[in-house]
Amino acid sequence: MSKVADAIEKARGEARAALVGYLPAGYPSVQESIDAAIALARNGVDIIEIGIPYSDPVMDGSVIQAATTEALAKGFRVASVFDVVKAVTDATADLGTAVLVMTYWNPVMRMGVDEFSRRLVEAGGSGLITPDLVPDEAAEWFEASDKYGLDRVFLVAPSSSPERVAMTVAATRGFTYAVSLMGVTGARTAVDSAARHVVEAARAAGAPRVCVGLGVSTSEHVREIGSYADGVIVGTAIVSALREGGPEAVGRLAAELSSGLKRTTAAGA
Amino acid sequence: MRHAPGPYFGAYGGRWMPESLIAALDELEDTFEKAKVDPEFLAEIAELNRSYAGRPSLLTEAKRFSQHAGGVRVFLKREDLNHTGSHKINNVIGQALLARRMGKSRLIAETGAGQHGVATATAAALFGMECIVYMGAEDCRRQALNVARMQLLGATVVPVTNGSQTLKDAINDALRDWVANVETTHYVLGTAAGAHPFPAMVRFFHEVIGEEAREQILAQTGRLPDAVCACIGGGSNAIGIFHGFLDDPSVKIYGFEAGGEGVETARHAATITLGRPGVLHGARSYLMQDEDGQTVESHSISAGLDYPGVGPEHSYLHDIGRVTYEPITDTEAMDAFSLLCHTEGIIPAIESAHALAGAVKVGERLAAEGGDPHERIVIVNLSGRGDKDVQTAAEWFGLLDENGQVKGTTLSTRRHKGSSRLGEAQNEAAQDEWQEGIA
Repeated sequence: MSKVADAIEKARGEARAALVGYLPAGYPSVQESIDAAIALARNGVDIIEIGIPYSDPVMDGSVIQAATTEALAKGFRVASVFDVVKAVTDATADLGTAVLVMTYWNPVMRMGVDEFSRRLVEAGGSGLITPDLVPDEAAEWFEASDKYGLDRVFLVAPSSSPERVAMTVAATRGFTYAVSLMGVTGARTAVDSAARHVVEAARAAGAPRVCVGLGVSTSEHVREIGSYADGVIVGTAIVSALREGGPEAVGRLAAELSSGLKRTTAAGA
Repeated sequence: MRHAPGPYFGAYGGRWMPESLIAALDELEDTFEKAKVDPEFLAEIAELNRSYAGRPSLLTEAKRFSQHAGGVRVFLKREDLNHTGSHKINNVIGQALLARRMGKSRLIAETGAGQHGVATATAAALFGMECIVYMGAEDCRRQALNVARMQLLGATVVPVTNGSQTLKDAINDALRDWVANVETTHYVLGTAAGAHPFPAMVRFFHEVIGEEAREQILAQTGRLPDAVCACIGGGSNAIGIFHGFLDDPSVKIYGFEAGGEGVETARHAATITLGRPGVLHGARSYLMQDEDGQTVESHSISAGLDYPGVGPEHSYLHDIGRVTYEPITDTEAMDAFSLLCHTEGIIPAIESAHALAGAVKVGERLAAEGGDPHERIVIVNLSGRGDKDVQTAAEWFGLLDENGQVKGTTLSTRRHKGSSRLGEAQNEAAQDEWQEGIA
């Protein structure tokens, strides 16, 4: 089983959902993005999602786009993501934290899908989350991910037909990423009710592990989603914390969010 | 080769899109596939084209302009005479009808030069729909007149301040809106790019340009042209006219990209000339990108060509060699702009001026092949009129004072701020004299 799946199963063994935290590589600097990711892992985050800053991030809201734009303006290079992944996996080896890379597809294509995959494995990365790559177009990625044993996390959305959910779940390894709402990333005041339906649809299609992302920002959201999903993905809130208080603030937020999951378990037990 | 259905054109096209939008693309594809073979839909389009948009557009022989194009006969396909002033209305009417079929009440669009935004605002008004147009903040400044036109038509114009603040960023924001509002909203993509079915669908609505041009040139001259020229940003006007001639091997086809300040500089939008295959806005196609796969900002004096991507079918036509794509610099385009103003009394869109500049080169090449140049025929797709570009052109030709006010003198006596041969000639002689000088 993959490291990502292991992390989720470990959380399941503790009767809780897994916590997945997103951070863009290179923001506010490469070193601080590494420090922040380690702070996530040390404070209860089970899976870390390292985003590659990209010029046209159509699925990202304003907070994440501002961060990635800043990283690019400071000269971030795609190859740096492997340095970030390696530093984080090395520093968190004792915790078994899985590190996924979230990337729009063109930077991967540009480097070459095989080359990118090879370097990701070398760095200790577990796989890719691909917001603008659907399984229909992923032949090259199937080949490379099979060759290198990488997880391929595809998204299902509230708008996905049952046929597409089934096809996507079958193509996915690691976990199925359930998009909680029709929109882009960004903190919301409430979790869309669609999230639960997307999780149910993915489960019905045979998904062994389903994590919910987009619009998840508070401990209450995390608790609520953690009651029915296998994992909860938080991005914008973490990036905001990093922007405002650096890696330390990221650690504090992660501790707060993960404690919410533990309380859920206690309440639900 | 005509009417290729997509989703792929050779190695290009496809659907590189967030899963959230796939259902909307499926619905659009299904609606379009049924509509394009539905006589009622086709009749409705034809009627609106005739009684509202003003089709068929004329095919005008540009006799005085021709003298500057090696003496070959140049014909202009007059999309500038369409309602709203460009070819854009063809596509927008079609997509608005599809939106109505899908029960959607809200149209969103992106726009660079503003022509597509104006056309979408027009269709929204015609069909009683809400309209939101995303436009780069830089383009809002360059095309203030069109911003006002959209607002007069009842649309809301949203200035986009992300990224380079131009067309590609407007597309990004329109896609974000679409993801969030897809149940009520149709995204009226303005060019033959993006995810399937947009490239094939937008081309379908523009094929009327090529069909008319082919019929008209046969009627007016009794033969097919030697060459067809069009400008290429995303490539919608071009793919429309090209499709009338793709299966005519005797017809050479040319697409002219924005060479900006020169393809040897970093400031251009020559996607096919200098780009390489990649994925942007839902399709695999040629793309201006750096070594990391980050989109490179484009530049053109024409906001409508200022886009780092290109429709996937153009990439395919380039690869197989059916269409020749070449860059035209800002200076060359503005020379041709002025030339058409002076020789034919037509102010073209600066986009179309790229095609006119290309036609001059093509005409000279055809003439150099020998024989009577007057026996040679070139069609140029005059994709739009230049009303929106008057401010830009006035700045270029130095017609404005330091306060941005028109100096009140004629074009032919003004000093050209560029270093073109036309500008120099204008400063040296009266109009008739410089016309001889550049012949």
